[in-house]
Amino acid sequence: MKIGDLTELAARNLREAVLRNSLTTLGISVGVASLVALLSLGVGLQQLVDRSVARAGLFDTVSVRSRQSSPFGQRGGGQRSPRDAADLVPPRPLDDAARKEIAALPNVVEVNPEIRFTAEARREPISQLVMVAGMASSSQSSGTLDGLNGHFFSSSDAEEAILQGDLAKRLVEAGQAPASLLGQEITLRFAQRQALPPPSQQAPTDAPNQAVGPDEEAMGFSIVPSEKKFLVVGVTPTSESGGQVGFNNAGMYLPLAVAEKLQVVQQGDLRDVARSTTAEGTRYAALSIRASSPTAVAQIESSVTHMGFAAFSLIDVTRNLRTFFAIFDMFLGIFGSLALAVASLGIINTLVMAILERRREIGVLKALGAADRDVRQLFFAEAGVMGLAGGLFGVLLGWAIGRAIQFATMIYLKRQGMNPPNIWSVPWWLVLGAIAFAVVVSLASGIYPASRAAQLDPVEALRYE
Amino acid sequence: MKPLRATLRSMNVPETSTSSNGFAIRAERVSRHYKMGEALIRAVDEISLQVGAGEFLALLGASGSGKSTLLNLMAGLDRPSSGAILALGRDLATMSSQDLATHRNRTIGIVFQSFQLLPRMTLEENVELPLRLAEMPRADRPARVREALERVGLAARTRHRPTELSGGEQQRAAIARALVNQPMILLADEPTGNLDTKTGEEIMSLIAQIHRPPSGPGRTIVMVTRERALAERYADRIVTLSDGAISREERLR
Repeated sequence: MKIGDLTELAARNLREAVLRNSLTTLGISVGVASLVALLSLGVGLQQLVDRSVARAGLFDTVSVRSRQSSPFGQRGGGQRSPRDAADLVPPRPLDDAARKEIAALPNVVEVNPEIRFTAEARREPISQLVMVAGMASSSQSSGTLDGLNGHFFSSSDAEEAILQGDLAKRLVEAGQAPASLLGQEITLRFAQRQALPPPSQQAPTDAPNQAVGPDEEAMGFSIVPSEKKFLVVGVTPTSESGGQVGFNNAGMYLPLAVAEKLQVVQQGDLRDVARSTTAEGTRYAALSIRASSPTAVAQIESSVTHMGFAAFSLIDVTRNLRTFFAIFDMFLGIFGSLALAVASLGIINTLVMAILERRREIGVLKALGAADRDVRQLFFAEAGVMGLAGGLFGVLLGWAIGRAIQFATMIYLKRQGMNPPNIWSVPWWLVLGAIAFAVVVSLASGIYPASRAAQLDPVEALRYE
Repeated sequence: MKPLRATLRSMNVPETSTSSNGFAIRAERVSRHYKMGEALIRAVDEISLQVGAGEFLALLGASGSGKSTLLNLMAGLDRPSSGAILALGRDLATMSSQDLATHRNRTIGIVFQSFQLLPRMTLEENVELPLRLAEMPRADRPARVREALERVGLAARTRHRPTELSGGEQQRAAIARALVNQPMILLADEPTGNLDTKTGEEIMSLIAQIHRPPSGPGRTIVMVTRERALAERYADRIVTLSDGAISREERLR
């Protein structure tokens, strides 16, 4: 029988027992709806995390350090084997030459020094310890400053600051809005490095020169307290968060060039005591590479490691995060599918009942020339039509349930004084996948009844009353 | 649907529409035995029978004599336990299930005592069913359905459901359905068994017309009946069955 005739006959048969078939279809719909609702929640949560990480500019950033001073260990941030060829490359100083070499790598947009230090931000009478970061001009469009109250730095050497919302709240008096800091000055007190005179001008020491490594052969420095005033030009709505790279881990941003000029003692400086301005150029505690896209990060990370540096990106962390979400989604899918599995029993029951009721009709069809295959296909088509209808309705139902969950979450979070995120998403692949899954499950449920119907003896079936 | 000639060719049937021996149906020592518990029921037991092309054969016998079983074997609804049964020269016993379905769809038409119309379908939908199964193009079907229903005098009742018709009308619709694919052989299993005498007479007249129409080719007809009078009036030959075997054979015309 042609597919058009099959579908027409199947639809007609389904219409005849409309109540029972509607209930069976509703069962499939509920199964699909639970699947869609749960998975849309999983996908929404994953997208929420992805958005947060991407907004912080973390996906396209690689942090580079000299391998000797790397906090990521000797092998960098990846999960490579200790026998990796990169480990055989001797460590190199992270200097201007290295910066240029890294900047010349494919898919590298820019390479900036990573300046991050702890300082005291003071606005009389309040003072707060704060993590300060240098921010390149290109970061203006990275998404880190989404929702910025105020404006970005007026120039790369302006003595201006942008504050994270949480810090701004701590720096204002009770009852004042964080935005009230805009246009006001904040004093930053920090530990400054001051280069020591060249070794020739110093008294000889007992330390043998042969014992120091390449990073240590440079001059030393002394640490002195220093202060500087900055004009607050922006306050972000975001809060400070932890992490090794990206900008969200700082409470205050300064223009990168200004931050560099401060000559601040940074984390790890005690390990890199020799890092300073020398005749050979600047040596950096860390460099931050911005890649043209997150997909290029792994390649850049590998190239930098092979150059003799330690590299770290959030790709490894997010890979684990994605694995977590894949497993999370799988569990949600399994729970969602349980309802569909129960619904499939309904399909089997409905079709087996239909065989009993339509035994004689099957006999007539066979007497008129229907092959076993035609009868089997007819029952398959009925199962498929129920699956398709149940899938379509189920997706709509699941969408509505997801919307309701999102709506309820928004109301709850708003009442808690929190900014409600979008935790629900129904991508097109989920819609198509859920419908296809419903049809496949329905067809699978139809296998037994269809085979049973096809194997009916026409003579027996025609005698059936 | 394939044209008849092509169908016959595909089934290796000569275009004369009969076997090479001039028989539409030939049973050769055909048996159909059932097991019922320990007992072996010999519903049909080594029957040999030929039905000539264009012949009207009546199978007469009491209830349980094996006449309907023999008809089911001729229809390809059932397979013999032993022996051979040939329709248009092809042995139904050796045919695949798919080929048997094609045989039922295109070579024969079946009329049942209880009409066996599908109650949820209108008359035209019932009559269209064999055409759907034959995969005839949708556009060609209405004319064929109309022609078949006109032939049995039901052109005005096409949209009615079987339950809205009298018994005679239902049987006429069943005959239209059996003929819509223009089969060579019509098998009728007590076609008047559920009808009153007058209506039964009308149906028999219709079957006689199908057997020998005023114009055009006739059809081979095998009819199962318990009414000797009807058989004598319309059939060319009567074969009487008793306990699964032929007990008597009478040529009337």
